[in-house]
Amino acid sequence: MVTAEIGPGKGTDVGALLEDASILKDRVDGINVTDMQSSVMRLGSMAVCHLLRDMEIDAILQVTCRDRNRLALQSDLLSAWVLGIRNVLALTGDHPTLGDHPQAKPVFDLDSVSLLEVIGKLGAGVDVAGNELKGATGFLAGAVVNPGADTEAALDLQIVKMEKKIKAGAQFFQTQAIYDLDQFEKFMKRVEGYRTKILGGVILLKSAGMARFMNKNVAGVFVPEHLIKEMTETKDKVKTSIEIAARLVKGLKDLCHGVHIMAIGWEKRVPQVLDEAGL
Amino acid sequence: MIIAKQKDMTEIAKMVAPYSRIYVVGCGMCMTYCSAGGPEEVEKLAERLMAGREDLILEKGMIPRQCSEKFIERLEEKTRDFEAILSLGCGNGVQAVAMRFPDKRVLPALDTQFIGIEKESGLWTEMCMACGDCILWRTAGICPVTRCAKGLLNGPCGGSQEGRCEVSNDIPCAWQEIYYGLKRLGILDYLKTEVQIKSWSVRPGRLAREELKPQ
Repeated sequence: MVTAEIGPGKGTDVGALLEDASILKDRVDGINVTDMQSSVMRLGSMAVCHLLRDMEIDAILQVTCRDRNRLALQSDLLSAWVLGIRNVLALTGDHPTLGDHPQAKPVFDLDSVSLLEVIGKLGAGVDVAGNELKGATGFLAGAVVNPGADTEAALDLQIVKMEKKIKAGAQFFQTQAIYDLDQFEKFMKRVEGYRTKILGGVILLKSAGMARFMNKNVAGVFVPEHLIKEMTETKDKVKTSIEIAARLVKGLKDLCHGVHIMAIGWEKRVPQVLDEAGL
Repeated sequence: MIIAKQKDMTEIAKMVAPYSRIYVVGCGMCMTYCSAGGPEEVEKLAERLMAGREDLILEKGMIPRQCSEKFIERLEEKTRDFEAILSLGCGNGVQAVAMRFPDKRVLPALDTQFIGIEKESGLWTEMCMACGDCILWRTAGICPVTRCAKGLLNGPCGGSQEGRCEVSNDIPCAWQEIYYGLKRLGILDYLKTEVQIKSWSVRPGRLAREELKPQ
């Protein structure tokens, strides 16, 4: 199983976004569409998922709890179902202070776990208040987990929360980006026997600077020094980036159920990564 | 206690500009303990206001609590000849005083911040949002509704780094603190409660207790 991700931009121009989607189309099983990633106000995930459906792409609607209370979230989920969207990824979402409207009121009426429960309820034909629906949804619901949480407490908590998410209805997980396969293998041992599918996350490294930036600023992402060195010493950054990503994809696919590739602007390179990984 | 800090002088000066007879009053409870509206702060603020305005007729005083009618009553006599009361009470105090003196201008000298504690000298942190449904028994005495920036009830988000919140390095991840607390107490199982969805109480809050009402 291979999934990828596209991030809607700021504005109504979807040309480049849909071009990226069409490049990915025949190479992946599904495409996530992010929900105002990094808390930056952008075109919405639901509309883009609907456009992907028109292109016969299996879209995965990312839904965060940052901006909508339980009424809006449920209503959006019903709307998404009616528009033909069949997969949802439930996330808590970044805090608004990290984005371009830092004065916005954070909502977080629900969180990733309770949102999954709500998705389950809508599937069973009731809303979170217990009222019956005329027409239920039937989403495939997923969630995220961060196997690289940086303290023992944080990792234990990630695993406890993962268990809760499975209980609440998460049928698949996409992980934060993984660069250390040994560490990920240990994580997979800890969650052995969990009744769910896990797709290991891959972020294409564009440069050594990007790797250092992520190490410093992105929770749970750790790019080991040897990969940074590879990116520093290479004469062809794109080629090396693709090689590294392909190695990670190859390694991950044997450790879990698939990969989730976050190209962050380099969507056009994803087919090369998959070629090189033999997928 | 309630924590507040003084507004900047520009805003205070702007508020009091239309008035020449001003009564400045502090509060002997929380505002004294958080060094925002006690006798010293009243004294200093009065001095600064006087320094800027020669026309000003100013008096100052303290009452034990600005949120209590019986103490506000003491201001009746004292403020008779004044057009404006500049209150160094919290938002609660300012409103209680304004309610008692509807014909006077009652002005806030402070910005009320939160319910919290003095963590160390000169540092206060928020502890309680008065949400109306206390869960501290399940969370090792640490409130995620208040101390997690997202108020999460079912565990941490993935955003913390080295135990610090994604919002600020100065904020510890409440859920990691809860984890350590529960672990210390040998009750880590409390993390595995059923899914929590909060029932938000209606605001503005109103608490009625029939047994305490006059018969």
